[in-house]
Amino acid sequence: MSAQTTGRETTTRNPAPAADCAAPENPVLRYLRQDRLPHIWCAGCGIGTSVNCFARAVDACGIHLDQLAVVSGIGCTGRVAGYLKLDSFHTTHGRAIPFATGLKLANPSLKVVVYSGDGDLAAIGGNHLIHAARRNVDLTVICVNNFTYGMTGGQVAPTTPLQAVATTTPYGNLEEPFNLCHLADSAGAVYVARWTTYHVRQLQKSITRALQKRGFSFVEVLAPCPTLYGRRNRVGDGLAMQRLFKERAVVKNGVATRETNFDIYGHGPIPVGDFIDRDRPAFLERYNAHMARALGDQFVPYGDITVDEKAEADRFAGPEG
Amino acid sequence: MQADRLGVLTGVHFIDGDHACAEGALAAGCRFAAGYPITPSTEVVERLASRFPLVGGLFVQMEDEIASSIAIQGAVWAGAKAITVSSGPGISLMAEHIGYAAMTETPCVFVNVQRGGPSTGLPTLPGQADVMQARWGSHGDYGIIALSPNSPQEAFDLTVTAFNLSERFRCPVVMLLDECIGHMLEKVVIPPAEEIEVVPRRLTTRPPGEYLPFQPGPDGVPEMVKAGMGHRFHMTGLTHDERGYPVMTAAAQDALVRRLVDKVARASREIALTEARDLDDAQVAVVSYGITSRVVVRAAELARAKGIKVGTLRLKTIWPFPEHRVEELLQTGVRGLVMPELNLGQLVLELERVARGRARVVRVPHAGGTVHDAETIVRAIEEAAK
Ligand code: SF4
Repeated sequence: MSAQTTGRETTTRNPAPAADCAAPENPVLRYLRQDRLPHIWCAGCGIGTSVNCFARAVDACGIHLDQLAVVSGIGCTGRVAGYLKLDSFHTTHGRAIPFATGLKLANPSLKVVVYSGDGDLAAIGGNHLIHAARRNVDLTVICVNNFTYGMTGGQVAPTTPLQAVATTTPYGNLEEPFNLCHLADSAGAVYVARWTTYHVRQLQKSITRALQKRGFSFVEVLAPCPTLYGRRNRVGDGLAMQRLFKERAVVKNGVATRETNFDIYGHGPIPVGDFIDRDRPAFLERYNAHMARALGDQFVPYGDITVDEKAEADRFAGPEG
Repeated sequence: MQADRLGVLTGVHFIDGDHACAEGALAAGCRFAAGYPITPSTEVVERLASRFPLVGGLFVQMEDEIASSIAIQGAVWAGAKAITVSSGPGISLMAEHIGYAAMTETPCVFVNVQRGGPSTGLPTLPGQADVMQARWGSHGDYGIIALSPNSPQEAFDLTVTAFNLSERFRCPVVMLLDECIGHMLEKVVIPPAEEIEVVPRRLTTRPPGEYLPFQPGPDGVPEMVKAGMGHRFHMTGLTHDERGYPVMTAAAQDALVRRLVDKVARASREIALTEARDLDDAQVAVVSYGITSRVVVRAAELARAKGIKVGTLRLKTIWPFPEHRVEELLQTGVRGLVMPELNLGQLVLELERVARGRARVVRVPHAGGTVHDAETIVRAIEEAAK
């Protein structure tokens, strides 16, 4: 399957204020909590680039912003939720996916995005990643992979390449890294893509596609952490990492994910592209169909189980009630 | 407001405490549960798994207790009422998220059907050694409520109360059952829905822009919100301001953490549920909770037969500790306090703290695995009466 055949070119846009035409403003700004800027990220960090692509992807697929929620874990990427002007949740380390699972299942009409880093999603949260993919919970997971723990000062991660230096591997890393796309694919994700922060157009399109999929979609974004990975491993600054991505990335849409390993530290190609795009019933679809079969008329189909705010407000007699 | 009829299994039942707890959750309006199997609590989620599809609810068996304890909070922020259930080792894994619920003021219920500990301990046998964990199990300072039923009927009743208190105070509530109560079969009467009082969520009615998700009301409790209402709010486990934005200062920490503690502490009289017996003329009071309180009934009878003026105070609310009730005992002439518990001396520390030497406090420790024998408690009563 190639990028051209995945039908990603949907362009219903959220109406932008007319003022944009007169005085061109960064179209991403309205997705940000401007009262929280400046952000905490370092110069040259790739996380901001990914947020830019995400905002444009949301714009492109026309989701109503009141129905879009973002859940982050802990870490530099974990701060993304706090900068997006959406219903946004900054959860505990590694647990963004199970929080998002509860959020989505309790109100299936929400579009729920998990936005976090490689350490958060693949180390401490690795178990939740594979199980949410297995259950095919309708979530989009955006994983910014910068090969290290940024927030805590550059420790080895399950994505750190062999030989790379981290504060906890001062003599070089001796553990094989995960290929996160292969992991998500094997666990059952219906959509899996990998791009780098150099590939902003492709990344934006893939996030758009992921947001449109029903089921568990996974987008890996390879990103520079110049401060803690780049500096220690002689990659150089953010720009040098972008150059590395540009020179070594090879687009391999539709390739089997087991063939997408790469070694960012060494040499050789870095496979990027839309790897997986398939359909299988999402968790709640399966639940409703299964229970209807098992219980017949007794089954009360599962939908929105949340409290009705108007009814609750009417019945709620005030603070002492 | 009254309970939603769909979830209330009105009638007379012969069920165990775990099942009664599940029915209490259903009656309280809980429609989302996440859990992971662990003895002796699993029957609670088994009941929910079979009942939820009949009432429009959803149970998800998660990959572990950590996931369960945060999945319910996601569900709450989408607007559901939610519960998770576990026992010792699983509750230890959930500890971080009990603190997260306290910090983010997420109303939800954690059920701990206590077994013997520490570690894997005695999976099929009772303990009451998690009472301090229920209070202090997560790191940091926070307010929390814990309730302890002593029968299947009360497992039902107090689970409804637990949900109501969590909504009222926007805080996690711990249901402290024990293996005996969880597995004991007794008559449980579930009243008609009209007779079950359910506290609705305190959802804000303010329009977006005029609502701050962590701005306290007069009782120190902020109004709640849910995803999808258009507020585009933020919440975080970091120290935050009234907008929910992280603020890394000592002043913000002081304002927030004090409020989290105070909103529960100042309502402790209202939250304190106790049951008194024979205290009018009592010189000795046996203070107990959970399964142990049922042995105390027999022990007090035996001691009365021996001529000792003994009464009993049963704590349905463990946290906040009902210290005003103990204070009243001291005012009315009680000079000896006895506390049997299935641990080596946990809640008795509170009793000693409140007594401050004004009454003789006799501990009746027990490492768990079974209940006290009444004679041991009688001897403690005799000692306290000296
Ligand atoms: S430490 Fe690394 S990941 Fe974190 S903000 Fe700086 S560059 Fe980005």
